[in-house]
Amino acid sequence: MFDWLEWFTHMENSKPFALVVLFVGFVGVIIYLFTGKKRGERLESYKNMPFLDDDDDLQPPRTDKGEKNE
Amino acid sequence: MAQTGVAVSTEQYNYDIIKKFSIMAVFWGVCGMSTGVYIASELAWPFLNFDTAQITFGRLRPVHTTLVIFGFGGNALFATSYYVVQRTCQTRLAGGNGLAMFTLIGWNIAILAGALTYPMGITQSREYAEFEWPIDLLIAAVWMVYLWIYTMTLRNRTQAHIYVANWFYLGFILATALLHTFNNLAMPVSLTKSYSLFAGVQDAMTQWWYGHNAVGFFLTAAFLGMMYYFVPKQAGRPVYSYRLSVLHFWALSFMYMWVGGHHLHWTSLPDWTSSLAASFSIILLIPSWGGMINGIMTLSGAWDKLRSDPIMMFMITALSFYGMSTFEGPMMALKSVNALSHYTDWTVGHVHSGALGWVAMISFGSFYHMIPRLYGMKKMYSEKLIYVHFFLATIGVVVYITALWVSGIGQGLMLRAFDEYGNLAYTFIESVSFMHLPLATRALGGAFFVTGMITMAYNVYKTIQMAKDVDQAGVNNIASKMAKA
Repeated sequence: MFDWLEWFTHMENSKPFALVVLFVGFVGVIIYLFTGKKRGERLESYKNMPFLDDDDDLQPPRTDKGEKNE
Repeated sequence: MAQTGVAVSTEQYNYDIIKKFSIMAVFWGVCGMSTGVYIASELAWPFLNFDTAQITFGRLRPVHTTLVIFGFGGNALFATSYYVVQRTCQTRLAGGNGLAMFTLIGWNIAILAGALTYPMGITQSREYAEFEWPIDLLIAAVWMVYLWIYTMTLRNRTQAHIYVANWFYLGFILATALLHTFNNLAMPVSLTKSYSLFAGVQDAMTQWWYGHNAVGFFLTAAFLGMMYYFVPKQAGRPVYSYRLSVLHFWALSFMYMWVGGHHLHWTSLPDWTSSLAASFSIILLIPSWGGMINGIMTLSGAWDKLRSDPIMMFMITALSFYGMSTFEGPMMALKSVNALSHYTDWTVGHVHSGALGWVAMISFGSFYHMIPRLYGMKKMYSEKLIYVHFFLATIGVVVYITALWVSGIGQGLMLRAFDEYGNLAYTFIESVSFMHLPLATRALGGAFFVTGMITMAYNVYKTIQMAKDVDQAGVNNIASKMAKA
């Protein structure tokens, strides 16, 4: 029933198979990223995520002399 | 007001653990880089061995590499990854204080144990994995907890998307778990001695599969995670292309695992393995430079910051060194170039171009951005000292790698030179004699870099003190108002 799995145990089969799977996967990533205008816009919108938080509650530093350095 | 700021951040995020990891990173950075300057000086002036086995180059070299890679770099990665994952997921670190403290204590005990056992000659003799098996087990336990904390924090996120910096950090955590486990498979024969499960060329291949992927995932992917968060934050503008950053991640993940064999050119490693590694090394140049350009172009429209912001100077210089060392690396992976460069100081210079120029500098820039915020402040104690640090570090790296280009290429040419009768043109000691001046210059470059690191330690200390003063002033202010009321 699982004899077909034996095919993968031969390195001359499994290595090219892995190469094809990885290559197709990588090409798939490229196609996913760079096709579809709406998807592109959505993906690019994530670039603003580091700015979701703000630093308004922070204190300004003081100078080396201990004064506020606005 | 000061109290309020710190209190809000402390409630929302676990900053306490990040502060501790940051301080440990600075501490190990000073110790590890100072050790590096000492052993560099031993190579130039061998009397510094003082005929004491415990402080010879061979014993102290793994102390240096462990303290800077795992002590400084590792603690910096724990600190920044815990910071980035919380802030981009808008959630508190999973697992509470206990588990996070376990990662802090476990990781730093492992570093200390390594630093104490190597001078005594207790080592697996595997480069960048010298820890004997009990320490390896401790690291494995810490790493599993780290993976759990990180993935659970991602799972608890309040944002729909996982920001790309977290992908790089998670890739680093998963790959390091894999590398650490398989490279350290060994049969213990006592508490301080074990033998690898691998032998001969398989042992060498496993070692360099680990070694180069430690560079790829620990020293590159993870610090790219740092870059993709802190460069946009410091520049005040989002990353140039988000899609390019995703492609950068997948390209590195697909390609890095194949290149370890280039450390074993011209050995008993099968030729096809060696050629495959060289090919993937060349291909790797493309995503590396894509990522570098993505980082640098983030500053597009705000180039003036390169004149006015020393933190940005650190970050952009780091990216420049990333680009330079990821060009030099594939070039050295070519078999013909490797025949000259391998077993010479050129390799050491290349590693430090990446380690000091890229890894350390992006960490410095990120720390100068993050540390004041951890303590509720906007900036470091002294911006002038950041400038001083930047120039000490940059001059130090340039002097260091230039000296080792001279030393390494000269050494390689001398060892390969033949006279008209086919005899070696130079004796080995002639090459050693030639290398003396470049090695002394290298030690000087390292001394510059360490001085910068000490400057940073002082600046961090004063920033923490300043934050405490502000907190105390806030408490006194509230107390006096309450007294009047």
